Parts: sequence; C-alpha cells; structure tokens
Amino acid sequence: MNPVATPFFFYSLAIAAIVSAIAVITRRNPVHAALSLIVTLLSLAGFYLMLYAPFVAAVQIVLYAGGIMVLFLFVIMLVNLEQNIREYQFNKQWIVATIAALALGGLLAFVYRTGRGVFPSAFYQSYRGLEGDNTQQIGVWLYGNYMLPFEIASLLLLVAIVGAVVMAKKRI
Amino acid sequence: MTEITTMHYLVVAAALFIIGTIGVLTRRNVVIILMSIELILNAVNLNLVAFSRLWGLHGQVFAIFVITDAAAEAAVGLGIIIAFFRNKETVNVDEVDLLKW
Repeated sequence: MNPVATPFFFYSLAIAAIVSAIAVITRRNPVHAALSLIVTLLSLAGFYLMLYAPFVAAVQIVLYAGGIMVLFLFVIMLVNLEQNIREYQFNKQWIVATIAALALGGLLAFVYRTGRGVFPSAFYQSYRGLEGDNTQQIGVWLYGNYMLPFEIASLLLLVAIVGAVVMAKKRI
Repeated sequence: MTEITTMHYLVVAAALFIIGTIGVLTRRNVVIILMSIELILNAVNLNLVAFSRLWGLHGQVFAIFVITDAAAEAAVGLGIIIAFFRNKETVNVDEVDLLKW
C-alpha cells in the first residue's frame, strides 16, 4: 500500500492548521477569526483524508466548515459591535492563563516523550479494512454496535434545536 | 524525511488543544471563546481518527459523535449569546458579573 501520508503534505497541513488556529485566538475582528477557523477545519479534513478516513473528512467539511461556521458567522453579524473591536481583547488574567495552559502543554510533551515507545512507530501494522469500504463500515457500526448512542445523539440534537429556538426567541 | 507516525498527529492535536485552551482562558469576546471550544473538540477528533488508523473504526465513529455534539453545543451556545446580547448589549464575558459579589 503506497502511503498517502507523505511528510510534505503532513507538514504543510500542520503549519496551516496551527498558524490559522493561532490567528483564531489573536485576531481582533471576530469575522477574521471565523475565517481562520475555517482554514483550520479544512486542514483537519486533509489530515483525516491522509488517515484513510474519507467519511469523517466529508462530515468535517460539510458539517463544520459548511454548517457550524455559517451559524457562527450569522451570530457574529447579529451581535457585531463596532466598539467591541476597539476594546481590549484579552481579560485581566491572561498572563496567568497563558502560563497555566503552556504548563499543560509541557506536561503533554513530557508524557508523549516518555511514552513514545507505547505507540507503534509506523503504520505498518495498520488496521485492515480501512481503505476500501470505509463509509459502509461506519454505517454498519453506527446502526449496529452504536445504535443506542446514535439514538441518544438524535435526541440531543432535538433538545438542542428546541433550546436554541427558545433562547433566541424574543418573547416566549 | 522520516515516515509520519501516530505521534506526529498527536503532537499537532496537542498543539491545537493548547491553543484552544489559551483562547478560552484569555479572550473576552464570547463568540471567540466558543470558537476556541471548537478548536479543542477538533483536536480531540484528530486524536480519535489518528488512533482509529491503528485500532479499528471505533475512533471514527466516536469522531462523528463528537462532531454531532459540537453542532448541538454551537447551536445552544449561540442561542445563549443572542439572548445575552439582547439583555446586556455586550459580548464581553467579564462584563457579565451579576452573580459576582
């Protein structure tokens, strides 16, 4: 099996994802942040394609980049404040918060460095059956083994629809 | 260059997770806080799909469930933001201090 995950594509996608993720949390204008987040989501879809997960990649593009981000942009248009862009964008405890988050990152780096041998070094012994009928197999899993979580997810979506309508309504 | 392993994906996912955490903890704009939460969920998804490469399709099914939950969370969260903006005329989280003594 010829590997799709060439280092060149991996590093380009990784750089695109991380740079645009940093742009999400540093941009002043929320519309620019939303557009950067779309770039991050599309790079993650590229990662999923490289990991032989075409169905998840399609769901990522259609649902995240197409659905959720349009919702975000609508709400940004609804609540956009001219003076908010001119205000200070970070709260008072941002130094402490950044140090704490970077400490968490250091902990993760330490764990990954220490436990490096736990993971197989390459994809040689990868799971068989991921290449051809990925979507079909996911469908079989969803309607077979994961039937109850699937129904719970549909109920969750129903509750979320009702909740969003009730909260966004002017007068109940 | 060397072969791309699971660890490479884990490192990218960890970086996205940390960036999302910093965004949640430091930004004032509540819309951008929700976007950072989406970043965190996406980092988790990348981990799940990277491990599904090694141990079967369960990770991809879980990633689909996480995407579903992210959609529900975004809908409810943005509804809360609209209700909140209608009452307070602001989108800054540190100006919502009614419960703060």
